[in-house]
Amino acid sequence: MAVTEQAPGVRGGVPAPPPLRPRRRGIGWAQRLEIAALSGPAILMFLGFVIFPVLMAAYYGFYRWKGFGRPTDFVGLDNYRTILTDGAFHEALWHNGQIVVLSLVLQGPVAVGLALLLNRRMRGQSAVRLLIFVPYVIAEVIAGTAWALLLQTNGAVNDILRSIGLAWLAEDWLADPGLAIWTLMLVLTWKYVGFAVILFLAGMQNIPDELTEAAAVDGASYWQTQRHITLPLLGPTIRIWAFLSIIGSLQLFDLVYIIWGQYVASTAGTSTMATYMVVEGRNAANYGYGNAVAVVLFVISLLIALVYQRFVLRRDTEGALTEGR
Amino acid sequence: MRDRNPAVYAAALALVGLMLGPVVYIILGGFRTNSQITTDPAGLPSPWELGNYTSVLTSDTFWRQVGNSTIAAAATTLGVVTLGVMASYVLARYRFRGRGAMYALFAAGLMFPVTVAITPLYLLVKNLGLVNTLPGVILPQIAFGLPTTIIILVPFLRAIPREIEEAAAIDRCGRLGFFWRMVLPLSVPGLITTGILAFVGSWNSYLLPLFILNDQDTFTLPLGVQAFSSQYSVDTARVLAFTSLSMIPALLFFSLFERRIVGGLTGAVKG
Repeated sequence: MAVTEQAPGVRGGVPAPPPLRPRRRGIGWAQRLEIAALSGPAILMFLGFVIFPVLMAAYYGFYRWKGFGRPTDFVGLDNYRTILTDGAFHEALWHNGQIVVLSLVLQGPVAVGLALLLNRRMRGQSAVRLLIFVPYVIAEVIAGTAWALLLQTNGAVNDILRSIGLAWLAEDWLADPGLAIWTLMLVLTWKYVGFAVILFLAGMQNIPDELTEAAAVDGASYWQTQRHITLPLLGPTIRIWAFLSIIGSLQLFDLVYIIWGQYVASTAGTSTMATYMVVEGRNAANYGYGNAVAVVLFVISLLIALVYQRFVLRRDTEGALTEGR
Repeated sequence: MRDRNPAVYAAALALVGLMLGPVVYIILGGFRTNSQITTDPAGLPSPWELGNYTSVLTSDTFWRQVGNSTIAAAATTLGVVTLGVMASYVLARYRFRGRGAMYALFAAGLMFPVTVAITPLYLLVKNLGLVNTLPGVILPQIAFGLPTTIIILVPFLRAIPREIEEAAAIDRCGRLGFFWRMVLPLSVPGLITTGILAFVGSWNSYLLPLFILNDQDTFTLPLGVQAFSSQYSVDTARVLAFTSLSMIPALLFFSLFERRIVGGLTGAVKG
């Protein structure tokens, strides 16, 4: 997209489309009608089913409400007070914090290593790239069901560990609350590392060969080349991946609910803010409270997203994600 | 020059083994009996048992859920791609005040998956009387699919050369005619990419159907897999057969269109 011309008065810095005819002042009614007819349905759907519900959550969150009829029992900030003092929510929040950090420090280096490995010219490269992406494509429900069976105390993972003489490693992977968060990280890494690898590989392929060739001419070893050329140039890709990973970690629901939904999080298994929202809101039919949790989740995600955009993404992309460059 | 370092191949092989292990476990487990699974959880089928797969394939429940998933995914795909390409065309090739804001609106949606909105969204769908119906799942999925679609399609449509549009204008073809006769045919690859992403996303979708669909008859496959695995929790082999059959369409789609999916995802992130 080499179009860089800026239309005056267009905010947000989206590159302007090439002008078709010499510019007139303003646009005609026919064009306005076309714009409305073409973009109207999408905007209406988006406002109706994405923006409107989020706004309604803020409203419902002030009520104690079972979800029938109109909410009438206005309780002010009571729901929020309960959330902020509920130990189970603190636990879920702490888990989300751990998942955010551990996803970055586990998946990031692993994915960079795998991308470096797969970026070498090797036989069967495209097959390997295809296969490591499989976990990302299969449904969370399927991944969760499979891992729940594999990780049972008498499941296949422990069986394999025993048969290769690592019986001391065989554990109660799912129920032990101290271990469950690590089990979850294992499953998450398995499920999502392929996505990171694919992104990083795409980033690496944008690095011109001349740079690595020049480094080789200067006598740089393979590792020196990766350290001083590939990794720095991969920076923007890594930072955008990290953003997606953080947002995904904060809103994690499916896998946790499928594997641990039937456990009581404080005594066994693990939880996240989203599973807390579903258990305390929908499953307990406290819709006012569930909406308040949704608001808290939204605000936390939004704050982190804004801070990250402002301080991390801004310097290299000027918001490629939000401005469509 | 190909790499000849055996360590690289060994590492790649180990990696593939780890990534595919659970998938292979599901598929092979479906060919075993429960007693085989209990006595040797990590073993191979011996002898191969076809009964699990045939019993799933001959059950009405499975095929009804396949039907529901197919309808939901097809309608979502159609809706997302149709609305998405129309809005993307406006964003890519019209200049008007508010275009930046419109783009930012959809791009912001990329940051918030369905999780944060699910509780009020359920109430909205309930007020519309669409609980326990597939449209109750399809309409929100179209809305939540728009951001990715638009972000992938806008650069795509913008890349159509200006000369083609000028030639069309000389031939007295208005902007709408140009959209219909030139843009749509030229953007088929982009439409396929976004369509596949929408289809696979809908096929795998769990949270939204969990809230909206409570009636067994309306279950899509992910709900079905979960219901099946709690209903037949002692019959592990049958659960594995059910699970592996339900992932076939996503895997099939993916292996057929791998390049487009990967290209679309990386394109969406890089913008």
